[in-house]
Amino acid sequence: MKRIFSLNRHLIERLGFGLLTLMALLTVLPIVGVVIYILAQGAPAVSLEFLTGFPHDGMRAGGILPAIIGTLYLTIGTAVFSVPLGVAAAIYLSEYASDTGLTRLIRIAIINLAGIPSVVYGLFGLGLFVLFLQFGTSILAASLTLSIMTLPVIISTAEESLRAVPQAFRTVSISLGATRWQTIRRIVLKEALPGILTGVILGLERAAGETAPILFTGAAFFLPRLPGSPFDATMALPYHLFVISTQVPEMPIQIQYGTALVLLFFVLGMNLIATVIRSRARAKRQW
Amino acid sequence: MNKIVIENLSLQYSDGTESLRDISMSIRTNAITVLFGPAGGGKSTLLRCLNRLNDLTEVKAVGGQILLDGENILDPGTDTIALRRKVGMVFARPVVLPMSIRQNLTYGLELAGEKRKSRLDEAVERSLKLAAIWEEVKDRLDDPAIALSGGQQQRICLARVLALQPEVILLDEPTSGLDPISTGKVETALQELKKEYTVILVPHSVQQAGRTADYAAFFLQGELVEYNDGKSLFTTPKDKRTEDYITGRFG
Repeated sequence: MKRIFSLNRHLIERLGFGLLTLMALLTVLPIVGVVIYILAQGAPAVSLEFLTGFPHDGMRAGGILPAIIGTLYLTIGTAVFSVPLGVAAAIYLSEYASDTGLTRLIRIAIINLAGIPSVVYGLFGLGLFVLFLQFGTSILAASLTLSIMTLPVIISTAEESLRAVPQAFRTVSISLGATRWQTIRRIVLKEALPGILTGVILGLERAAGETAPILFTGAAFFLPRLPGSPFDATMALPYHLFVISTQVPEMPIQIQYGTALVLLFFVLGMNLIATVIRSRARAKRQW
Repeated sequence: MNKIVIENLSLQYSDGTESLRDISMSIRTNAITVLFGPAGGGKSTLLRCLNRLNDLTEVKAVGGQILLDGENILDPGTDTIALRRKVGMVFARPVVLPMSIRQNLTYGLELAGEKRKSRLDEAVERSLKLAAIWEEVKDRLDDPAIALSGGQQQRICLARVLALQPEVILLDEPTSGLDPISTGKVETALQELKKEYTVILVPHSVQQAGRTADYAAFFLQGELVEYNDGKSLFTTPKDKRTEDYITGRFG
């Protein structure tokens, strides 16, 4: 009787593991599927001319260079604003702030900021940056809008990385006559940097792929030349994809998939960089 | 000569866990003063008052004063950075900073503004020799310090404090995680160090207290029960509680 019971238990254990493994594999399936499908459909459209040329014939032919460059500008613009601000906020929360009502309020605000739909950020950006501050529909306004959207991701991952640095390092550093800031700069930030970078890249990656926040703040339907200053509007990959998929009649389908493929590679490429940084840092870490 | 004079020191953490009650004692230069007793007696807390490391934790009330060379270090105007360079500390768990052996040694000096390479190199060699680890690491100073064994790391931590040329060295159970051989090396190093420094040690056992103490103070639940020269305290304790503890009746 006892034997049968234990056999049963092993069987249940195996079934359970099998089921969990299956579930895990199933979650990978859609991602792999998306990549393969987009690659198969889009690859024929991608050529040197496609990557380095301007669209012509009402965007039904030619390349997507201005959209690629535009997304690059927006990503850099977002980084310029969100990285210093986000990392500074994370340092404050992790290293200086004690657990008061104010810091709890800040944390709640950050969590809620992350939950706001991106189109709402877009409208907010339109109201504040485009109209009130009179930046116009521009790279500047769009970058600022994307920055606000990206901040929660950067702050929370950076704070997490900072907190992961062992407290003992701080105590030892202070006991050797270091100030708090010297300790942060020389030990804590150095050790948390890979984690912070990973968070930054993941945040920027999301910004690079967003359409709604730039819709009203900086994205242009079509521009015959590259933007010359931060106050110019710009084309951008996600918005361009939206435009050619919905606004242009008789659009050749492979250009849509080609554009999607470029955007996918842009984002996955950033992801890859983040992964490499993380695994390298993990191998080098001394704690 | 008295290096440190503690007068009526009282201290409590904000959560009320560990406290010190009305401690008064004088600590002499060029001697090893041992603070011992059961866990939670306030030894570490007292040690952390001496370099104001308690500033990092939530301390509710401090009464009394601690005079270092006649100056009250609990005064709010005290330069804690300068104080911590003067009063170095070795912790129970060896914590090497995530950098090379050499950088661990020069960290404090560089923060203090020392840039001359000759001075830094000189300090590295001198302090590693004092901590009895020079021979073991002299050919691998640029290796990560974390690669060393626990016993070696703890002597690196000691050397790191010595590199700052402090006046007082605080050691909080510095050998608690070490094997007997490493422990012996640290204890031998302490005997050398007391010739130049004021050494205050929280030992990890009564035996170590007996072996190392020039002066010994027995702490029980935040109270200083008995304080005397080591020999008298361990052979003829005056207080019954001290006697019970050192003869192993409790703790």
